[in-house]
Amino acid sequence: MSDAPGEHANVLRAIVAGHGDFANGLVSAVQQITGRGGQLIPISVAALCVEDIENLLRGRMIDTGVRVIFTDLQAGSCTMAGRRILRGMDEAVLIAGANLPMLLDFVFAEGRDAPEAARHAAERGRLAIAAHGAGA
Amino acid sequence: MTLLLYRVDDRLLHGQVVVGWGQPLDIDFIVLVDDSVAASDWEQELYRMGVPPEMQVYFLSATDAIREIPRLRADSRRGILLTGDISTMHRIVEGAGVDAVNIGGIHSGAGRVQKLRYVFLSPSEEAELRELATRGAKVTAQDVPGARPVGLDDLLTGSELT
Repeated sequence: MSDAPGEHANVLRAIVAGHGDFANGLVSAVQQITGRGGQLIPISVAALCVEDIENLLRGRMIDTGVRVIFTDLQAGSCTMAGRRILRGMDEAVLIAGANLPMLLDFVFAEGRDAPEAARHAAERGRLAIAAHGAGA
Repeated sequence: MTLLLYRVDDRLLHGQVVVGWGQPLDIDFIVLVDDSVAASDWEQELYRMGVPPEMQVYFLSATDAIREIPRLRADSRRGILLTGDISTMHRIVEGAGVDAVNIGGIHSGAGRVQKLRYVFLSPSEEAELRELATRGAKVTAQDVPGARPVGLDDLLTGSELT
């Protein structure tokens, strides 16, 4: 068997969680652009209490072996739940403030360890923000 | 100004509170009233990291909050008082008197029945909300400022659930 680039293009590597349809929307966009949306597990937490959010995220991490969580907002419930989970999971990483450029970088870094790829993607996502226009 | 909003939200400090209400109300501080969070430095740090640096957060037990509320109401800044459950807000209403209580989010759990998209209540919680009303607090459910407030009667009957 070869280990050609792209062979593991859709192996689960991260959870994406956030408000409303944030996760489904971002993962859908990643899929449309790259065909690699299968690396990401979108999770919506509407109607769940904090404990249930934490249990849901922890359960998916345990079931899939995924050690990366992307969330939308630093103050969001998913981020709070993720930070509690990380307390007992030293090798895992949570990135708050995820955006599309960040996830695109992540899904193409399949040769990297997922937490390392997530940290790299976080920087790419930060650098991808720009203001355009005459007043910018 | 004073405490502008008394909110029950089981997610405590999160996006709807910090951004959704915090920005339009131009909030300077949030009083998070929760006995377990007040006793845990780690939990406090967790919540503090989600709040912009210009916004102060005070972590108080219910007992301490009742004692501090007169001073907080006299504060020249603008604040929100937040509890994670109805029982704690009940103690605040009994101990300090509150004109209006906002039910911002109580999510699904054992023994609870859905009343709104973002409110699930057990029979004992329903009784506590009625008790708040008899103590003079106007109880409404409203997750974000742009949503229409739902009065207590409509909340308890679930007539607004779509």
